[in-house]
Amino acid sequence: MSPLLATDGLTAHYGDFQALFGIDFEVGAGEVVAIIGANGAGKSTFLRSVCGLLPVASEQVRLDGEPIGGMPAHRIAARGLAMVPEGRRLFPSLSVEENLLAGAHLRRAGPWSLARAYELFPVLREKRRAYPRTLSGGEQQMAAIGRALMANPRLLICDELSLGLAPVVVKGLYDALTQVVREGLAVIIVEQDVALAQGMSRRLYCFQEGRVSLRGASSAITRAEITRAYFGV
Amino acid sequence: MPISASDLIGWLDTLIQGVLLGGLYALFAMGLSLAFGVMRLVNIAHGDLIVLSAFGGVALALGTGWSPYVAFVVVVPAMAALGYALQRVLLNRTLGGDILPPLLVTFGLSIIVQNLLLEMFSADPRSLRAGGFETASVQLGGGIAVGWLPLSVFFAAAAVTLGLELLFGRTRLGRAFRATSDDRVTAELMGIGHRHVFALATAVSFAIAAVAGIFLAFRTTVAPSDGPGYLLYAFEAVIIGGMGSFWGTFGGGVILGVAQAVGFRFDPGWGILVGHLACLAVLLTRPEGLFPRTRD
Repeated sequence: MSPLLATDGLTAHYGDFQALFGIDFEVGAGEVVAIIGANGAGKSTFLRSVCGLLPVASEQVRLDGEPIGGMPAHRIAARGLAMVPEGRRLFPSLSVEENLLAGAHLRRAGPWSLARAYELFPVLREKRRAYPRTLSGGEQQMAAIGRALMANPRLLICDELSLGLAPVVVKGLYDALTQVVREGLAVIIVEQDVALAQGMSRRLYCFQEGRVSLRGASSAITRAEITRAYFGV
Repeated sequence: MPISASDLIGWLDTLIQGVLLGGLYALFAMGLSLAFGVMRLVNIAHGDLIVLSAFGGVALALGTGWSPYVAFVVVVPAMAALGYALQRVLLNRTLGGDILPPLLVTFGLSIIVQNLLLEMFSADPRSLRAGGFETASVQLGGGIAVGWLPLSVFFAAAAVTLGLELLFGRTRLGRAFRATSDDRVTAELMGIGHRHVFALATAVSFAIAAVAGIFLAFRTTVAPSDGPGYLLYAFEAVIIGGMGSFWGTFGGGVILGVAQAVGFRFDPGWGILVGHLACLAVLLTRPEGLFPRTRD
């Protein structure tokens, strides 16, 4: 059986600049996989390529074995990929509730609804009429996660959830994510916080300068290996 | 100098006629405001699309002999379809990044539409005859009469404005319009394809231009080269009202109409000028418009 999402020798370019050099990656149904790596290692480029925001060769990205590389982002979303983008990227002129509803634009069937999103993050129910700019960073991140879940995705991609947030807030977010994962949702976590990434995931990839420098079961990888893969020393 | 009762009634009459004229200007402006709000597209051909719709109504009435009101049922959806296709095929390619390409392309469209109309209909002004409705009026007392047609145009403009507010505020498509306007890339990640959403916005914009054009042909005569003048009124209404809301655009149209009516009362040659001066005064004192967005 083919994995849920797989990339096969994925390469990506920004103009003349090559950012990814043959990434082999896969995530199975219900699996949580983390990607770590220094700034500029290619993590964000990888996510952009997978989501359809960068032009890549069609057979280099497969969902359920079907090539989706280079498809428009909205078509890939329709196949069940949802993203919590780096920096949240909530829609500023939409209220919290409207942001959540925008996530459900495609009306895919599944367990997630406004009621479920509010159950997961009760504070969002209180602030459902508020606009994103009036929310704290943590609340904004909750809204962004809720918005992605509202799409009833098969694969959730979380880009730098912890960025700029206090540790206690980050812990709350990941506790919520753990609940979601228990229901069998596949997740790709991109994290700066290595310990967090290791703790959340079953398997882990480390990127370095556009290549995979380390992969393996998260529980089996040692600190020394990660340090070497991270910095290339 | 004492003000006589007849003077007061005269001014009241001017005010009412100006407000009603403003309804027409609001209809001119609404599609322009929508296209700019959703896509940051400034459609220079908007006035010509109004004129095109007017001629569409005239051609339909002449060609079929049907009631001129049929134009609302035929020309409005036809213009919506034209808008969708034009956005998909042409205008989407001009958007993103620089604001100059859409300006140039719609300017070119404006010239094409004017010359096509000139070829097909000659330079003669045309109008739609509505079987007496266009001249019928209702007496409000005190010698003030209000035409049924201007009244209908005003209520149509209010209905269109209310409809747009509900569409944008309450519906899935409206959320998609606003989300795409906020952040096109993130909207794509939610499955909101911006090319389709933009084309729908243009379809709505063209449909409103069609409603405006048909009413215009009922109200007055229309010639192929009139478009840029109507575009100017539309711009002025948007500038006076501010970009935030459709009710703001509606208010801008009404203020422009009243300013012109007041000018006309002083001297028939001054009406248009006073309208321009009102717009200029708003630009100088409140560049963000009189009714800017207050939300968020």
